Amino acid sequence: MVSFLRFLINGISLGSVYAIIALGYTMVYGIAKMLNFAHGDVIMVGAYIAFCAISYLSLPPLLAVLCAMAVCTALGIIIEGLAYRPLRQASKLAVLITAIGVSYLLQNSAQLIWSANPKVFPSILNFGAIKLFDGSLVITSQTIITIAANIVIMLVLTMFTGKTKMGKAMRAVSEDKGAAELMGINVNRTISVTFAIGSALAAIAGVLLCSAYPTLQPTTGSMPGIKAFTAAVFGGIGSIPGAMLGGLLLGLIEILGKAYVSTELGDAIVFAVLIVVLLFKPAGLLGKPMREKV
Amino acid sequence: MSEANPAKVLLQVHEIHVYYGSIHAIKGVSFEVNEGEIVTLIGANGAGKSTTLNTVSGLLKPRSGGITFEGRNIVGMSASKIVGLGMALCPEGRRVFQQMTVRENLEMGGFSRPKEEIAGALDNVFQRFPRLKEREKQVAGTLSGGEQQMLAMGRALMSKPKLLMLDEPSMGLAPILVEQIFDIIGELNRAGTTILLVEQNAQMALSIADRAYVLGTGKITISGDAKDVLADDRVRAAYLGG
Repeated sequence: MVSFLRFLINGISLGSVYAIIALGYTMVYGIAKMLNFAHGDVIMVGAYIAFCAISYLSLPPLLAVLCAMAVCTALGIIIEGLAYRPLRQASKLAVLITAIGVSYLLQNSAQLIWSANPKVFPSILNFGAIKLFDGSLVITSQTIITIAANIVIMLVLTMFTGKTKMGKAMRAVSEDKGAAELMGINVNRTISVTFAIGSALAAIAGVLLCSAYPTLQPTTGSMPGIKAFTAAVFGGIGSIPGAMLGGLLLGLIEILGKAYVSTELGDAIVFAVLIVVLLFKPAGLLGKPMREKV
Repeated sequence: MSEANPAKVLLQVHEIHVYYGSIHAIKGVSFEVNEGEIVTLIGANGAGKSTTLNTVSGLLKPRSGGITFEGRNIVGMSASKIVGLGMALCPEGRRVFQQMTVRENLEMGGFSRPKEEIAGALDNVFQRFPRLKEREKQVAGTLSGGEQQMLAMGRALMSKPKLLMLDEPSMGLAPILVEQIFDIIGELNRAGTTILLVEQNAQMALSIADRAYVLGTGKITISGDAKDVLADDRVRAAYLGG
């Protein structure tokens, strides 16, 4: 029973990281209708920036996270402006291939700057732990921070898209770019802001991820990136609550599958569940097929 | 009605050519809209009516030709900037934001205006369309076709346009609703909004317009006072069923 609880908490914690990454995928997809496969590598850049800020500049953890967010935000805007904006009218395939290109560019640049040797990410989120059931269930501060960060991000994003002018404009653009443009909404700027938000979240995810799994190398972002993309599709791509739900479920399935079924097959189980869900709900769990009404 | 004397030209379109890829959709269209008028562009399906409106609003770029609004060149200006000059397009098929509420749709319509003017603009729209007030919190996708048309018009009015362009406002609506929509267009005009109306329902459009242009495959074929165009044999034969 206690071990089940432990897996459950670990699953929610890992799922929270997936969810934060998935938000970046889903928001960008929702608004620009493109899959930004370089998103996973922005996570890696964020983690490296935080690593450098702490190890070389000896900045306090919070400041290091803010640095990583600032750099990733700028990176996201630059990637969108240089690589994707010129392709706004191009075919989806051209955009997809560009995204894969940007992904390799980021990985190879990271290798050039930081070398391929793995770095050990400092444990910046360790402030102790809560021990329950006479010490048989340990919840670390890092787990708590991860889950709390996820909840806060979800609340802030919901408020942002529901209440602010920019947030509403983002929803308008995601539904109909032409109509949004006719309202006076600057579509390009709105897409830029979306990339900025997604990339800032990627930086947070990078720090959370590397605090839990402290090996940092140029390919660190790829697998979590792909899993978070899966989570976004699982929950219904384009849907913010869907990314949250998909991320959490993916984390839970992965950890529980590894614990109770097979460690080796953990990832296979994750993707098998995805296939089954998509067979029955092609738009994902919370994805809604667009209604057409004349 | 066109009592402003001498008529002040609000919108001037001069010899525009518009292409979709290699298809030459608009072949040198010129027309003008004077302050206070209702001008209608009529024509068959595919004649280029919507393309013309989309070009004027900035969604499409003409390959050549000029468009001026209040004497100012607007070719090459983005659609989002043009709205701010006082020109709004209520697009074909309404294109309301289906997943947003009625109120949010209207707020988007007022995007180009300062925050403190939004409440007043909302009141105006709700006064004109009491039905929208009743449905304020409802998601736009659940509205009926007529209500969506009202929302689309209300949304365009939120930017307080001097020139309101309407693309097929009667499309897909029951006759009683069509009449209601046209009544509202007349009221808006009497309240001081200049109207550029694109319609397939030529009879209705000509009955409320001051002047009309008939568009046939990318060119203006007939133009003049609406009542003369309505009486024109060619127009009667082609668009009014004889």
